[in-house]
Amino acid sequence: MQLSRYWKRDIVILLVAAFVVAWANGDLEGLLGIPGWQSYTVRIINMCAINTVLALSLNLVNGFTGQFSLGHAGFMALGAYTTALLTMSAAAKDRVFFMTPLVEPLRKLTLPFLPSLILAGLVAGVFSLVVGVPALRLRGDYLGIATLGFAEIIRLVIQNARSVTNGALGLKGIPPVVNLWWTLGAAVLCYLMLKNLISSSYGRAFKSIRENEIAAQAMGIDLFKHKLLAFFISSFWAGVGGGLLASLLTTIDPVQFKFPLTFQVLLMVVLGGMGSLSGSVISATIVTYLMEFLRVVEETHYLGSITIPGVPGLRMVIFSLTLVLVVVWYPKGLMGDRELSAEGLKQLLARFRKAIRLKGESSS
Amino acid sequence: MLEIIDLHVSYGAIRAVQGISLKVPDGKIIALIGTNGAGKSTTLRTISGLLKPEAGRILLDGEDITGLPAKDIVKRGISMVPEGRHVFPDLTVYENLMLGAYIRTNRQEVEAQLEEVYNLFPRLRERKSQLAGTLSGGEQQMLALGRALMADPKVLLMDEPSLGLAPVLVQEIFSLIKRIHEQGKTLLLIEQNARAALTLAHYAYVLETGRIVMEGTGAELLVNDDVRRIYLGEGEIAV
Repeated sequence: MQLSRYWKRDIVILLVAAFVVAWANGDLEGLLGIPGWQSYTVRIINMCAINTVLALSLNLVNGFTGQFSLGHAGFMALGAYTTALLTMSAAAKDRVFFMTPLVEPLRKLTLPFLPSLILAGLVAGVFSLVVGVPALRLRGDYLGIATLGFAEIIRLVIQNARSVTNGALGLKGIPPVVNLWWTLGAAVLCYLMLKNLISSSYGRAFKSIRENEIAAQAMGIDLFKHKLLAFFISSFWAGVGGGLLASLLTTIDPVQFKFPLTFQVLLMVVLGGMGSLSGSVISATIVTYLMEFLRVVEETHYLGSITIPGVPGLRMVIFSLTLVLVVVWYPKGLMGDRELSAEGLKQLLARFRKAIRLKGESSS
Repeated sequence: MLEIIDLHVSYGAIRAVQGISLKVPDGKIIALIGTNGAGKSTTLRTISGLLKPEAGRILLDGEDITGLPAKDIVKRGISMVPEGRHVFPDLTVYENLMLGAYIRTNRQEVEAQLEEVYNLFPRLRERKSQLAGTLSGGEQQMLALGRALMADPKVLLMDEPSLGLAPVLVQEIFSLIKRIHEQGKTLLLIEQNARAALTLAHYAYVLETGRIVMEGTGAELLVNDDVRRIYLGEGEIAV
């Protein structure tokens, strides 16, 4: 009975996502004659979806399993480069690799987008195991420092392995395959997979490790195996997110994958609530949207005779202030470790109505 | 039967356990008493695989289980109720209990076990969807006991089940321990509350700085002069 209720919700989520895609595509392509993936709005929705994938996957390790990892950007880089190298045509690769030619099997190899994306996830996943086996023996801050270091190593290797990655010049002309179906599809798939994982006995084991390692061990839970599993799944989706990003931007270089990228995803996780999947979805969407929306404050405004000059970078100030307020008002993030549910919404609405009624009574 | 032969455990240079041998026969309650730092918890944590011994052997039904990882010890039927309860505070009572059955794969058996635990601790059934961190101390101890029972262990190790509980609750916990024993579990119990432990136990060992200094049936030790003076606080106070 409980399971069927879960599935009902999954279906509703799928329908809503499909509706958004159909609406956005139909609306903008049909009414404005703009191809879907090019328009500004659609691009923001794409970014929201990709950031959702990234935030959800980081939340699995940092929020649910309680392991403070800062290596997300490294795994995204691996995914992005894998996708780029596998989807670019031989001719496009020859154009880009004019300094040092690309090594042979990769030069001719071109795969369709879906297998490339899955391989991107797997490459990131396998590397996460290589990183995780030594690093996951550490705890807390030390794990954070170690994973951060590994991410930097991955980036530096990419920057210097010129015959594979074209080094600091980066890759250009990556086929722009990604559209809303891909990004939202990945986001929904990632959400559903993680949600089912979290509510399984594996999910309980992950959470027990976060809560108390000694007690988890005393329950017969293999700490290392579970940490590694969470790390693998998280990195897989980071790789997929990186791949989607590469195809959306059509150009990537090593500088993109520096530490601030990890920090941006971590910010979404903390803002949404460590240990809340719906929190990550909400905050990834809000943060992405806000970063674009706040561009308004940087423009020059004319109010009659008064001219307010635009200040570049002002949106970051406003964004930071918003963050400070959220942290003050919601120290555990917007959702804490709770999930958004129909029940919860009903209760919230009821409380809201009651507050309005009380206000009405007191004023009359 | 759980048997420990000449066990040595160290934390770096500190030798916490220096040659302990004891036997826990099937269906009995065995108590380990002693002051802080005597090595009681260390012994228990070594049996459950959380610590690795320096020397000595641990046998379960004649099979050597020394130095096995904790998960294999649990699978072989030894569960621990850790000191200070260690429930998972941000998980519900139900989730806590299900984690206790983590190593079991038969869903029906686990459901039956859950029902059994709920019958033993009706309070846990009432609060099954409450977060464990919001339970009172006594309820958390019941949860820790119930969680250990979910693995359906042969031998249950208990580290200070009465720690930090009000006297009324201590009695309640001890009567629950008795009921768990009556259901056929073998118990190895650590207690600072020596009187309650000795009253309950069939056989007891007294630990002092990592060594066994005395052993005997619970009744024997209860009337022993040294035990009465040092652990039960009777008679003149030792200077």
